[in-house]
Amino acid sequence: MLTDFDFGVIARNIPYLWEGMQLSLLLTGLSAAGSIVLGTILALMRLSGIALLQWIGAVWVNFFRSLPLLLVIFWFYFLVPVLVQQQVDAFQSALIGFVLFEAAYYCEIMRSGILSISRGQAWAGYALGLRYSQTMRYIVLPQAFRNMLPILLTQTIILFQDTSLVFVVGLADFMTSAVNVAQRDSRLIEIYVFAAFVYFVMCYFGSLYVKHLQQKMHR
Amino acid sequence: MIDIQNVNKWFGDFHVLKDASIRVAKGEVIVVCGPSGSGKSTLIKCVNGLEPFQEGTITVNGVSVGAPDTNLPELRSHIGMVFQNFELFPHMTAMQNICLSQLKVLGRSQSEARDRANTLLDRVGLSGLGLKYPSELSGGQQQRVAIARALAMDPIAMLFDEPTSALDPEMINEVLEVMQELARDDGMTMMVVTHEMGFARRVADRVIFMDEGEIVEDANTDDFFGTPRSDRAQLFLSKILQH
Repeated sequence: MLTDFDFGVIARNIPYLWEGMQLSLLLTGLSAAGSIVLGTILALMRLSGIALLQWIGAVWVNFFRSLPLLLVIFWFYFLVPVLVQQQVDAFQSALIGFVLFEAAYYCEIMRSGILSISRGQAWAGYALGLRYSQTMRYIVLPQAFRNMLPILLTQTIILFQDTSLVFVVGLADFMTSAVNVAQRDSRLIEIYVFAAFVYFVMCYFGSLYVKHLQQKMHR
Repeated sequence: MIDIQNVNKWFGDFHVLKDASIRVAKGEVIVVCGPSGSGKSTLIKCVNGLEPFQEGTITVNGVSVGAPDTNLPELRSHIGMVFQNFELFPHMTAMQNICLSQLKVLGRSQSEARDRANTLLDRVGLSGLGLKYPSELSGGQQQRVAIARALAMDPIAMLFDEPTSALDPEMINEVLEVMQELARDDGMTMMVVTHEMGFARRVADRVIFMDEGEIVEDANTDDFFGTPRSDRAQLFLSKILQH
């Protein structure tokens, strides 16, 4: 039976799969960057003490955390073109969906990060004449970000896995490329084993790195 | 310079400051003491608006701290504050700690800010330690950096909130000496919350004793240590001076 396998199909399709991987990484990177920025803004809103802003932040977080990501991807794929009244490519709509969705998760990470910084640090900033925005930017957020870096990276590894869901809108990421090759060449097992291996190696070593970072920080 | 009049403050139901009034003249050094939980730290944080208060007025250099239209950041930039736990920014070097507000609030240039920081580090006895991070410094050194950081803003008054309470005994004096020089040589207006009665005796013009949110005693230093009028102040002094 084993002789029926043709692992050469992988080697022959490496350039095509690599293109897919580049798209996966680009989508992960842009989504993470966008949603960390948006998540931080949401976290500041939730901690602002201003009822309206707190409410918006809370609704956002609870709304997106109660929806399946797959649905959100679909939703933006069909909704965004209607909203802007023109064709939007799948990458852009997926990116928007990921940023809005993941921001809910990054928001909660940044919120606990900000809360982990003692009140005295903000007091010291204010006492020097810094404004709220300056105190956040130069004193509280850099420390919150650093404290939360391992968790932010872990969330980003999850985000990387989740980008495979863009399969449903036909965006040629690594997963979709793998499916395309598998079906075209009728080599389902070889390709899916290979895809699993690639995701596993990247995410496993990614989380090992996070663990290493965590230990380094606690030293 | 600092005028606190009939200030009342509540934390929920808890009446933490009861009708407190203190006047600090320019160049005066006031020590505020009292048992823990007496409202001293809260009172000093009201002076630069870190803690809001519900009744009364506080003015610093003629500016009302509690008024809604007061530009608090602007006012605070003229009032130095030193905290019990130093509150240096741990992700910045001593130099960066001292330069941050000079750059972002006063708009000084990098080189101006650095020159000023070096002068101040020298003055607090820490020249050459500018590139150290707070975690690489002892408690006494950290507190002296914190004093330098406050002085870099050229404040018209300094507030000290238990500046030596978190320090190991052998480091207390190095901080008190810097504070004493500031009072003697610069004639700095200072409000100091502390239990260091030796410092109060040597440096303070007046001593204020607080208990349960009330100002029980407000006396010249000699009078305070000679014959405190209230029983509570006598009891407090006997407790902390017997060693």
